[in-house]
Amino acid sequence: MTNGWVDIKNTDMMMVIGGNPAENHPCGFKWAMEAKKIRNAKLIVVDPRFTRTAAVSDLFIQIRAGSDIAFLGGLINYAIQNKRIAKDYITNYTNASFIVKDGFKLPEDGLYSGFDPATQIYDKSTWNYEEAGGGHTPPAFGKDGKPLPPSLPQLVNYDLTLQNPRCVFQLLSKHYSRYTPEMVERITGIKKEDFLKAADMFTSIRKNGDMTKVATVIYAVGLTQHSYGSQMIRTAAVLQLVLGNIGRAGGGMDALRGHSNIQGATDMAGIFDNLPGYLKVPIPADDNLKTYLDRITPTASKPKEWDSFNYWSNTPKFAVSFLKAMYGDVAKKENDFCFNYLPKVNRRYSFADIWNDMYLGKVKGLFAIGMNGVMIGPDSKKNIEALKRADWLVVGEIYPDETSEFWRSPGITTDDMKNIKTTVYRLPCAGFAEKDGTFVNSARWLVWKNAALPLPGECMYDQEIVARIFLKVRDLYQKEGGKFPEGPLSISWAYTNPYNPSLSECAKELNGKALADIEDEKTKQQFKAGQQLPGFAFLRDDGTTMSGNWLYCGSWTEAGPQMQRRGLEDPSGLGIFPNFAWSWPMNRRVMYNRASCTPEGKPWDPSRRQVWWNESTKKWVGNDVPDFKPDSDPKDHMGPFIMNAEGVGRLFTPLALMAEGPFPEHYEPFESPLANPLHPQQSNNPVVKKFTTPMDKFAKSGEGYDIVCTTYRLTEHYHYWTKNNRALVQEVPEPFVEIPVELAEEKGIKGGDHVKVSSIRAEYMAKAMVTRRIKPMQIDGKLTYQIGVPIHWGYRGISEDEGKTAKNPANYLSPTTIDPNAHTPEFKAFLVKLEKA
Amino acid sequence: MSQASLRIQKISGHAGSVPGAGMARDVEEKQVCKMVDTTTCIGCKACEIACQEWNDLPFASTIFDNTHQTMPNTAWDFWNLIRFNEHIHEDGRLMWLMRKDQCMHCAEPGCLEACPADGAIVQYANGIVDFQSENCIGCGYCISGCPFNIPKFHPATHKVHKCTLCSDRVTQNLEPACIKACPTGCLHFGTKDDMLFQASRRAKQLRDNYAESKGLYGFAKAGVYDPPGVGGTSVIYVLHDATDPELYGGLPKNPRIPWTVKLWKYPLKWIGNVAIVGGLVATFVHYVRYGPKPEPKDEPKGAQ
Repeated sequence: MTNGWVDIKNTDMMMVIGGNPAENHPCGFKWAMEAKKIRNAKLIVVDPRFTRTAAVSDLFIQIRAGSDIAFLGGLINYAIQNKRIAKDYITNYTNASFIVKDGFKLPEDGLYSGFDPATQIYDKSTWNYEEAGGGHTPPAFGKDGKPLPPSLPQLVNYDLTLQNPRCVFQLLSKHYSRYTPEMVERITGIKKEDFLKAADMFTSIRKNGDMTKVATVIYAVGLTQHSYGSQMIRTAAVLQLVLGNIGRAGGGMDALRGHSNIQGATDMAGIFDNLPGYLKVPIPADDNLKTYLDRITPTASKPKEWDSFNYWSNTPKFAVSFLKAMYGDVAKKENDFCFNYLPKVNRRYSFADIWNDMYLGKVKGLFAIGMNGVMIGPDSKKNIEALKRADWLVVGEIYPDETSEFWRSPGITTDDMKNIKTTVYRLPCAGFAEKDGTFVNSARWLVWKNAALPLPGECMYDQEIVARIFLKVRDLYQKEGGKFPEGPLSISWAYTNPYNPSLSECAKELNGKALADIEDEKTKQQFKAGQQLPGFAFLRDDGTTMSGNWLYCGSWTEAGPQMQRRGLEDPSGLGIFPNFAWSWPMNRRVMYNRASCTPEGKPWDPSRRQVWWNESTKKWVGNDVPDFKPDSDPKDHMGPFIMNAEGVGRLFTPLALMAEGPFPEHYEPFESPLANPLHPQQSNNPVVKKFTTPMDKFAKSGEGYDIVCTTYRLTEHYHYWTKNNRALVQEVPEPFVEIPVELAEEKGIKGGDHVKVSSIRAEYMAKAMVTRRIKPMQIDGKLTYQIGVPIHWGYRGISEDEGKTAKNPANYLSPTTIDPNAHTPEFKAFLVKLEKA
Repeated sequence: MSQASLRIQKISGHAGSVPGAGMARDVEEKQVCKMVDTTTCIGCKACEIACQEWNDLPFASTIFDNTHQTMPNTAWDFWNLIRFNEHIHEDGRLMWLMRKDQCMHCAEPGCLEACPADGAIVQYANGIVDFQSENCIGCGYCISGCPFNIPKFHPATHKVHKCTLCSDRVTQNLEPACIKACPTGCLHFGTKDDMLFQASRRAKQLRDNYAESKGLYGFAKAGVYDPPGVGGTSVIYVLHDATDPELYGGLPKNPRIPWTVKLWKYPLKWIGNVAIVGGLVATFVHYVRYGPKPEPKDEPKGAQ
């Protein structure tokens, strides 16, 4: 989240889209209810189903799964057409005024400029700003004579009147002018009058140019899990920028993380193309540290008269401090701080790629700790096939699960089992209540928790399992050498108990410390070697500091573990709670909070004062920690979005930032019941990633698969392991499928009947829940049904083991089509058939 | 469960004064109350599990029945049930109503009125109506006395059970377990006066929203459910439509103690009492008037 859970109470308007917080985040959802009760805030819910969140909403809009860009784009168009936009905000705080390069073409035919149909790759050189004279032009060719990838101009041409036809605002207006209420209705199935109700309600916060009110967009994986999911989220972000809601209390883009520590997993590089703290991973072309740092460190790109903090210019400090944390004393300036010991990523290693590679026999073994890989899917059957072909599998779990028992999945006979040669090792792990450590919640708070229970039986902590394996592997390298022993042998492992490092030691290492006696140039603050550092501003690129994750620097300082704080003081009443736990970056609760003020530095809404410019002390001060250069005078016009090279929010994402193009465009799900009404000849995402094994089958409209299916979780269950908990099995005992009354009548299905849902890949068996909460829709003039499949059941669990349920995992149904930006599979919209079983 | 520190104000089947009446105590005796705001309930059912865990009730074996509702009705071992109902509002809006169903802790409890067993049901001065299992004779009269279909018979032990409003927690100044577990603040606990105030304010907000938005959102008939037919309750609801509580899974519009119980406990009981006393008096009068029944005279032996 740019904001936080508690901050939602400050809002005037909420739109929940692609999320179901009442069911999946009920504890956090209390702040939405608080806003409703105390501020009389309004709640709009946009979802394929009338959910439990919809049950407490002020307006519910049923949308076809996968069509959210059309709806959100329609809202952008409505806001611009009706002049309900934050004019000063977008002029000063976004790239609305930047002029885009000549030759850039909008995707009226579904394709931006630069697409090569033969390679299915975009040449993105026109997706850039027009260069203003007087700046330094980056070289087009490298030293080796090869062309360098295009980069942003140092100085950008701009037009503050926003009238230039090639300025971002005009292009944005033109692009979304196609998203008329009529077009929105054709694509999304939302009736024009309902769309207009929602659009009027949401944009009412900017009625008559009023800037005091704030709206927030609350979303979860309903926006993420599509073959263009990143662009869905961007559409909402663009809407929030156009309305001037980012950086403000009660505003923001509030991503609800679906697991207690998924934010921590992301921060700590649970994605293959990141290092901790969102540093980019090295690629084979990065011969040495300098090439790598030059490639990943952005240079400011802005109008001449403006200033840009460009905080990522500190990348070398963060990267070198990370290398010092990884390789300790071995990392020296002379050896590039062991940069070449880091793995270099030559292609995609996303979740779906790993399973595909295992299916193809390239990946021979898998560690699955804290995740049920078979069930997570997509296309679970393919994952089971992949495991059959692996040599070994190690599963660390608290219950026997579908992954460790893939060999007894439905349809495998005892004879088949004899042919499965995979060796499965099962390690008893610790449950969440048996471990200490931190959770990083959706609000970016690092919250320490204590273990409530001792470890039962032979269980081990995750860190002990990983440490013992690491030490064993290191021993082998020591004894036997091998291809590249230097890397593993150089890793710093300075824990009191190397076999079971304490998590407080790990947390301190992530925060980082001084490695020599140092003095900060700007503040003259001095640190002795070994002292914990109070913040990432003190990190250096000369090897005298270390930090495992620069974003967490400040979380465990000489003043103690900030993440363990439990102070309940909230002097501003804005729910900032500055002394409760610790929020990255630097305990800021609302990111980009400079944007909560006018260009002159005064809060847009004096009743919700977050930060402001103090003219007498010439400093930014406030109730929250200013997310800004503390002494930057508003006269200097430094942009509030300090992590962007431009210093401003991006309505237009230049160059390679987004695979599909600079403005989000609606594409159809890879499996869709219709051709895209905007451009039928280019219906799907032109740069979608998919696989080509015989198991990767995709249905086309008209092949009998004509029902739109979406998948989701229930409040009563937590993914795939609470089916081992009697209390929760009692609450929802069996798999079911939500089916509209009209479809059920057509198929002769009654509530409680057994039904079979089939995609082109596999079948799913469950009972029918016949409901009025999903209505049939008219999509581009055609009657279209949607059904919903909760994902929780499989072939191991209380009801499963007692033979009371069907045993096919829900993700037997889902396709392996992947968002090219975030590599997330398309779990939320695909095609199926439905029959009475 | 007997709560010695709570003062009893009503007791079932008991002759003479209420035990402990007149004893000095230092606990708060204001009427306590749960407020259930159905307009903010998200049906997460955390209250169901909290109730079972606090009260050591076993988890049930359930089957899917075309609903998110855990089971059709409360049970002897399931005292707190969220009822789910889909409903089309008169303006065409789809509504998904969720209501926490449990003992209402009536000011005039039908169960207690109906109960013939001495001390099996008590009402404390704070309004909690509590079953004392050790005194329960399993007659089931309380079940017919309840207008809300709450007390449930346990076939194995022949006792009847229901929500205690966590009287054990309340004596220790803790809120009931369901309230503690509620994540959205849909459930509140406090004095009856405070809860009525909060509930009325919320209902007014919903009515005002309806008026301001000209019917786009908000609810014109929002109101508070605190039925006078049973003297008011210690569990009150905020309803979107207070004129039609039946929508929420059979919440009675005007609950009263069944007339059979009233007839039995009042006129019939008095007629019975009169009959008993009358019989005794008549016997006595007969004795005084006619004296003892004379011994039958011995027949002559020879008559055999």
